[in-house]
Amino acid sequence: MTARVIAPVVMGIVMLVLWEAVVRLAEIPPYVLPGPIAVARTLVTDWGMLAPALVVTLTITLEALVAAVVVGGLLAILFSLSRWVELSLFPYAIILQVTPIVAIAPLIIAWANDVDLSLLICAWLVAFFPILSNTILGLRSVDHNLLALFELYGAGRWKTLIHLRLPAALPYFLGGLRISGGLALIGAVVAEFVAGTGGSASGLAYRILEAGYQLRIPRMFAALVLISAAGIAIYLLLSLLSHLLLRRWHESAIGPEG
Amino acid sequence: MQLVGVRGVAKVFANGVQALDGISLDIEAGEFLSVLGPSGCGKSTLLRIVAGLTTPSAGTVDWSGGKPDIGFVFQEPTLMPWATALANVALPLKLGGVARSEREARAAEALGHVGLKGFEHTWPRELSGGMKMRVSIARALVTAPRLLLMDEPFAALDEITRHRLNADLLALWERSRFTVVFVTHSVFESVFLSQRIAVMAARPGRIVSDLAITAPYPRTESFRTSPDYAAHCRLVSARLGEAMAA
Repeated sequence: MTARVIAPVVMGIVMLVLWEAVVRLAEIPPYVLPGPIAVARTLVTDWGMLAPALVVTLTITLEALVAAVVVGGLLAILFSLSRWVELSLFPYAIILQVTPIVAIAPLIIAWANDVDLSLLICAWLVAFFPILSNTILGLRSVDHNLLALFELYGAGRWKTLIHLRLPAALPYFLGGLRISGGLALIGAVVAEFVAGTGGSASGLAYRILEAGYQLRIPRMFAALVLISAAGIAIYLLLSLLSHLLLRRWHESAIGPEG
Repeated sequence: MQLVGVRGVAKVFANGVQALDGISLDIEAGEFLSVLGPSGCGKSTLLRIVAGLTTPSAGTVDWSGGKPDIGFVFQEPTLMPWATALANVALPLKLGGVARSEREARAAEALGHVGLKGFEHTWPRELSGGMKMRVSIARALVTAPRLLLMDEPFAALDEITRHRLNADLLALWERSRFTVVFVTHSVFESVFLSQRIAVMAARPGRIVSDLAITAPYPRTESFRTSPDYAAHCRLVSARLGEAMAA
């Protein structure tokens, strides 16, 4: 535990010191590469502008993640209940997944006619597939003998779903959720970039674009730091959730010494 | 009194493999019957057909007094890892719509009968292989079924644990006298446990001999070392040998 925290922290500090040293010694101007201290200073001075942008991006990310959980989870259950629904719809879910979001974002923005809604749709499109495919895998990975046992005791489809398939799928769903958390953020940022080039957005990605045009490189870095921090926070929160739900029984959440 | 009659049952799988052919077997109420045969002789398929989990391609399974409650024990413990021992044992009652307080009381009692009192709130991963199998047996017996089907339940356990579970299973059977159909590939296990052994041959799976083991119960560890036991084992082994040569 201690080594797992200390090693990356020490590594990070060393890198930051090196970065600052290189910037100072080589006298690199801040509009090419600002040092970490300058970035930190910008983060503080521009906080009034960056914080609302962070809130905008995070709101879209979380809304998209919730929508991905609801739609991805329900679709997975529907697919597991009906082979025909799955055969008819799954190929289209794959098409949505493999089409680059950057390529369809302009279309969505044009159609949705509302910036927030179009950003939400883009982020959701990127985020829902891992939840869908992982949950389907989980619903299918049920012990065959347990299924036979449920059949023997006359449990119908519904009871089998509630008491057997859903709990068995939980670890897979949570694995998908962790991937989707990061993807929702990426989807939100990418969509903002596309929307931002049209001049109509207010999230962190738009601030990066804007700062780029104005050659305010330290502000770009500050916004980038916030995006990374948000991604890490989402990942840690979802990992914690996963751990809390699985720690009693699933191997993934149990340490080697049990 | 006859509990169930298997009449001319055959099973051909979708891939064309003939698993069973012309199986007829009468099972008496309260009897301890073992089905003994080499791997791949279709004995598990026969058990699944009796349970109603697989439909036969030909023939019928006749229940003289209506189909009773059935308990099934698989080769693996087949526990739900997300549920405690108590919740696992209570599962059949839960699916049957029994109220929570009653099913927990009955599950706790069933755990007590298999010697796991005090392990109610233990998770499956914290139990040894033998203890998991005990939970599995408690789950199969919690509905007080008249028929207990066991599909090589102790095959994956070490010998010491298997002997202990053999003795405990016999004690449970002698107390409640449910009917047991016990599938195994072990001559020694089938002779120790059963009143009757149906020996199966493979390709296609069929019953080639039906032997009575007349030794009285209770059978203890001293039976395991008796000349009577050895003689029975020799006879059953010979029949199994003929079945495999056939």
